[in-house]
Formats: sequence, structure tokens, C-alpha cells
Amino acid sequence: METNNSFNEQFEFSGKLKTYSLVAIVVGIVAIALGFFLNTEREFANLLLCGYYFTCVCIAGVFFCALQYAAQAGWSASILRVPQAFAKVLPYAAAILILVVALGIFTPQQVITEEGHQTIKGTMLYKEWAPKEITTKGSEAYNAVIAGKSGYLNIPFFFVRMAFYLIAYSILGLMLVKYSNNEDELGGMFNYKKSFNISAAFLAIFGFTVPLFAFDTIMSLDAHWFSTMFGWYNFAALWVSGLSVITLLLISLRKQGYFTWVTVDHLHNLGQLMFGFSIFWTYLWFAQFLLIYYANIPEEAAYFYKRWEPEFQPWFWLNIVVNFLAPFLVLMARDSKRAVPVLKTACIILICGHWLDYYIMIMPATVGPKGRGFGVQEIGTFLGFAGLFTFLFFTALSKFKSLVPKNHPFLQESLHHHI
Amino acid sequence: MSSTKYILGLFDDPDEMMHGIDKLQKNSIPIYDVYTPMPIHGIEAKLGIKDSRLGYAAFMFGCLGGTTIFTMVYYFLVHDWPMNIGGKPHFAVPDFIPVTFEWSVLFASFGMAFTFFYSTHLFPGRAPRVMDLRATNDRFVIAIDAKGNTPHEDITSLLKEAGAVEIKHNDRKYVSYE
Repeated sequence: METNNSFNEQFEFSGKLKTYSLVAIVVGIVAIALGFFLNTEREFANLLLCGYYFTCVCIAGVFFCALQYAAQAGWSASILRVPQAFAKVLPYAAAILILVVALGIFTPQQVITEEGHQTIKGTMLYKEWAPKEITTKGSEAYNAVIAGKSGYLNIPFFFVRMAFYLIAYSILGLMLVKYSNNEDELGGMFNYKKSFNISAAFLAIFGFTVPLFAFDTIMSLDAHWFSTMFGWYNFAALWVSGLSVITLLLISLRKQGYFTWVTVDHLHNLGQLMFGFSIFWTYLWFAQFLLIYYANIPEEAAYFYKRWEPEFQPWFWLNIVVNFLAPFLVLMARDSKRAVPVLKTACIILICGHWLDYYIMIMPATVGPKGRGFGVQEIGTFLGFAGLFTFLFFTALSKFKSLVPKNHPFLQESLHHHI
Repeated sequence: MSSTKYILGLFDDPDEMMHGIDKLQKNSIPIYDVYTPMPIHGIEAKLGIKDSRLGYAAFMFGCLGGTTIFTMVYYFLVHDWPMNIGGKPHFAVPDFIPVTFEWSVLFASFGMAFTFFYSTHLFPGRAPRVMDLRATNDRFVIAIDAKGNTPHEDITSLLKEAGAVEIKHNDRKYVSYE
């Protein structure tokens, strides 16, 4: 079979797409500024949500590459540049997340006690464990439970861990990109073998640290509560949202006239992964819920109690509808995975759905039912981050000399992929 | 009038067999079926075989399994013998989900297996119906219904041209009746 694809074509980032992404960034900046002015704490919660989401999607790109190399998968060889571009964006995402977390921890917040006269210094984010008074014996705000956890949950160690995860993921991701670029220039198996080893190392590090990353960034907002399922539940969200973004970008790139070699078979595979891992997400979500529901221990049930407040309950249910029922029913049939408009709709549903998933994790633990809101701040911040991601992704993609790893040993298999 | 019922073209290479299919189709000779020892990508589309409906069967069986166990558990734990388990309401839906899920999977998998056996006539104790025994070993076989097809010699020579290593004119459809 002959293929008439020009592999030396480069992506050109210009026109409407660039304008729209820049407009979205400006909208985001305005919304964030407005948010800080209107309600600082809620804005911090939103920034954490979007920063975490943004980072997770980029990590999912590195994970995708590593998984394909470690499994020696052939079908994905011709689409690898998309997740590789995610890996290139990851350092920026990581820097933004660390900045948001640092600002959240070091920005003081005045907390008025019930008596109404005493003000205690709190923090914008991680207020259950980050303020010094909580772990200082004799202080009014002293909390024995949190003090007992302070060996792990203290500010310096928290940042050391955060930096370790994100630097490790970023460096390994960039190494995969580097070896793939070298492979383009030199050919041969040397770089593929290197990529395989890097991937194996990444998967081992990722497997052990990704639950901790979720524990630190999100679960420690509810510092009294803990769940061992939480890490994998977050991983499932990371992976499903990452796959949805990869698929959506591939569909958009195809529409723009690039990636002409990506057939409906490749999209079918991605659709299968999205479908399968949405079920996996539901499985973990439910496994966490059922054990807590069944045991009914107050310390554990507190998490769902907070999310069961009337302000959050409709969102709580909507979360399951959007992230389980929608992909389950939309993506189940083979034909719908092969119909590009349907797949695109499913991607958009899942991307919004996982925003809601993170919203349900973060908001009850930060602003609480009284401070909850959904308005300009939420939509604007999300738009800003979406624009930033789009801008950085397409810029990174346009830097690649070719849109396909030309000398990838499985490239022909991928070009003739058929299911 | 010959007693030939089926003409079989035996190939030892899948690519040549695909070639053979092209050739027969170009000469508008209808192909009865093709038997290969391993799956060949793209052959369904070439032969115009409809998509399998096994997935729909699996879905229906899954729904059946889920409904069956949910009804049963409802009858046991809510209607017939309500028990106080940890102070929960009798109709505690989350507790029913795991078993509903398991039965859906169980019914779907057994249902799929039995549907497959039914549609391929594979039953225990029954010799499978095979048109050529080597189609399960190292031969790629194209079968052509001899009845009403243009001179058999033409088909034979077409197959030979396409690279068939052996051509059989069989008087009976299957070589392995019971």
C-alpha cells in the first residue's frame, strides 16, 4: 500500500485558532483579576482547580507516550506528536501549579472566631493544616489530629514533594521528546530502546507517586479525612480527561488539514480507551463511596456529608451523570466511536465533566457550601486556562520539525492500522 | 452435468488469496465464503460481510442479568426478609450495585459465548463442519458455490492464475459430517 502523506510538513500556528486562544487568555486574566477583587478565596480555589487540571492533562500526555513505548504499541506511533507536545507544556503547567499552591499557602486570610472579636491568621488554601497555629501547642486553633499528621503535612516537606513529582514527570517527559526527535534525525533502534527504558522508569515513578500527588494537592484540603482510593480515583480522572483532550485535539488537527494519516480506526481506539477508562473512573468513584457508605464511620462519612449539602447535592449527582452515564451510553456502540461528531461531543462532555469532578473535590473543602458559586469566576478562569493550554500546545507542536516520528520502528504498522 | 457442489481454491499465502478474491470479484464470480487459519485484516470489508451483532446480544444479556439479580435481591432483602444491616434502609441501593454489576458481566459473558456457539453451530459432541480440513492448518481457502456459476474450468483457471496451489471440485459441501 502506498501512502501519500508528507511527513515533513510542519504545523503552522496562526489564524483564528491563535486569535481565539489569545482572546481566551485575556478573558481568563480579566476573570481572575475580577475574581480576586470579588472573592479572593473562591478565586484561589478556582486557580487550584484549573492549575491542577491543566497539570494533570499534561501529565496524561507523558503517561500516554510512556505507556505506548513500554507496551511497544504500534497503532499509536503516528499520533505520538500530540502527547509529546503535552510533555513539552508540562513544565509551564507545573510552574503555574506550584505558584498557585505557594500563593495559596502564603496568603493570609483573616478568620473571625465565633465570639466575633478574635482574628486568627489562616491561609487561602490548605487552611486545615497549613496555618502555624494549628500545630502549635497551646494555641487556640491547636488541632491534635492535624498535629499528629504534621510529620508529613508540613509546608517545607509539602513543597519538596510537589517539586519532586513535577520535576521528575517533566524531565522524563522531555527526555521522551528528545529521544523521539533524535530518532527523526538519526534513525535506527538506539533511540527507541532509550525511550523504552525512560518509559519504564517513568511508569514506575509515576505509579508510586501519582496517588501521593493527588493526596497532597487535593485530598489534603480535607486534611482530617483520608481515603486510599483517592489517589487512583484522581488518576482515573487524569487519564480520562487527558485522553479526551488528545482525541479532541486530533479531531481538530485533522479538520485543519494536518494528521491526514489519522484514520477513523485510530479515533476508534482512542474512543475505546475513553469509554473503558470512564467505566474505570466510575468503578473507583463507587468503590470509594460504597465502603464509606457501608461502614458509616463519621470520620470517613464527613467527606460525603459535605458534598451532600443542598448547595452541592445536584452537582454531586450531575457528576455521575456526566462522567459515567454520558460516556457509557454515547460511546458504547462501535458505530458511535467511529462517527467523528459523536466522538467529539463525548470528548467535550468528558472535558467539562472532569472539571465538575474536580469542582466537587475542591469546592466543599475550600469555600464550603456558603461560599460556593458558579459564575464569571469559574467559567472565566477555566476559559483562561483552556486558552493557555491551547496556545502552549499548538506552539509546542509547531516546533516539531515533522508531525510524525518518521523513523519510529512501528510507524508503518500505525499508518496501516485497522480494526 | 457434473456433480460438483463447491469449488475450493487453496492458497498457501494470504496475500495471494486476497489477490484471488480480487480476481474473482473482477470477473463477477460470487464467493460463497473464505476460510483462513488466522484472522486477516480487511477481509470482511472486501467480502462485504456485515458487522457482527454479537455486541447487541451481549448488551441484551447484560441487561437481563442486571435486572434478574436486582429483582431477586429486592425480593429477598426488601420484600421477603428485611434485615437491619448497620441501620441502613432496607432498600439500600448502593449495596445492591456490586452484585448487579457482577451478574450483568456474568450473563453478558455466558450469553456471548452461547450466542457465538449457536450462530457457528459449535456444540459439544458435534463435529465441526469444515469445507477443507487444511483451512484450520496452513491453507487459505476460497469456496465458490458451483451451482449456476460460469464454466467450472474458467473458475479453475482463474484460481490457478491467482496462485492457488490446489483446486478442489467437491461433491459434498462439508468433508466432516458428523
